[in-house]
Amino acid sequence: MADAIPERAQGDSPSGRLQHQFESMDQQKEASSLGMWVFLVTEILFFGGLFLAYTIYRWQNARAFAHASLHMDIALGTVNTAVLICSSLTMAMAVHSAAAGRRKLLILFLVATMILGGAFLGIKAVEYTDHIRHHLFPGPGFHYAVPADARAAEMFFSLYFAMTGLHALHMVVGLGLLTTLLVLARRRRFSPGYHTPVEISGLYWHFVDIVWIFLFPLLYLIGRHLK
Amino acid sequence: MSRQSAVHSRQVAEHHVVPVKIYVTVFVVLLVMTATTTLVSGVDLGPWNTVVALGIAVFKATLVVLFFMHARYSPPLTQIVILGGLFWLAILLLITFSDFATRGWLL
Repeated sequence: MADAIPERAQGDSPSGRLQHQFESMDQQKEASSLGMWVFLVTEILFFGGLFLAYTIYRWQNARAFAHASLHMDIALGTVNTAVLICSSLTMAMAVHSAAAGRRKLLILFLVATMILGGAFLGIKAVEYTDHIRHHLFPGPGFHYAVPADARAAEMFFSLYFAMTGLHALHMVVGLGLLTTLLVLARRRRFSPGYHTPVEISGLYWHFVDIVWIFLFPLLYLIGRHLK
Repeated sequence: MSRQSAVHSRQVAEHHVVPVKIYVTVFVVLLVMTATTTLVSGVDLGPWNTVVALGIAVFKATLVVLFFMHARYSPPLTQIVILGGLFWLAILLLITFSDFATRGWLL
């Protein structure tokens, strides 16, 4: 143990952020990233429950679900998917810039990711407004053109709003994380030796992107072949 | 102890050199697959529409996990945790589906 102390002092000196329970900055970083992954596993199961409910109800009401999904604006949905994929690229580039110690680039990519995330939420808001105007929000105001399918369609829209709403909430949290990172980056808190917050926030951001990668085909595309 | 940390640093050092070219390639493939899934959804493939859509989604998600989330370059422990998570998701989905599939009165 005695020889561990000088080694430790030497290994982390750029930031002095090594917590006493870790042997090295690398080990500390691995532990943080592993912890984030464990959290993301709980998120997989959290969203998994909704995907499960979706599948069971779609199984019971396949035709009505397919027709209900035709109310989605395919152009907005596709553009939004592309917007999120772009934001994942800029996030990956932010992590890359942080690891390389390029502070200006890091700030640029963080801002780009936030703009794209904001654009996604904006487009989502346009879609929500449109659904609500067409009486497609579940509840007493729900009105559907085909009475025989109304119950199943209402279930589709309940799942649609629950799943995309929970996803949008995660986007809002992600934007909060990015804001924090931006402030920290401006204060020169990150270096090639210490940028774990950027890295694990990136993991979260990409996870939210993956959820959308599954939501998009299951909510927007299932009725298109009937047209 | 110091040998262990040397192994550690080597592993970690490896996963930092993901070239920008890989990110851009993954990005382009993701956009192409998004266009593909939208276009294919307009063609009537019967039950295969869902299979193709989910296949493309799984492919896209795998790319994001492996490259954007660095799973390919992560320590084995992290990779096991990721696979463990997917395994639990499989338990959640498959056992519930088998229940609905084998008890007709539930549907």
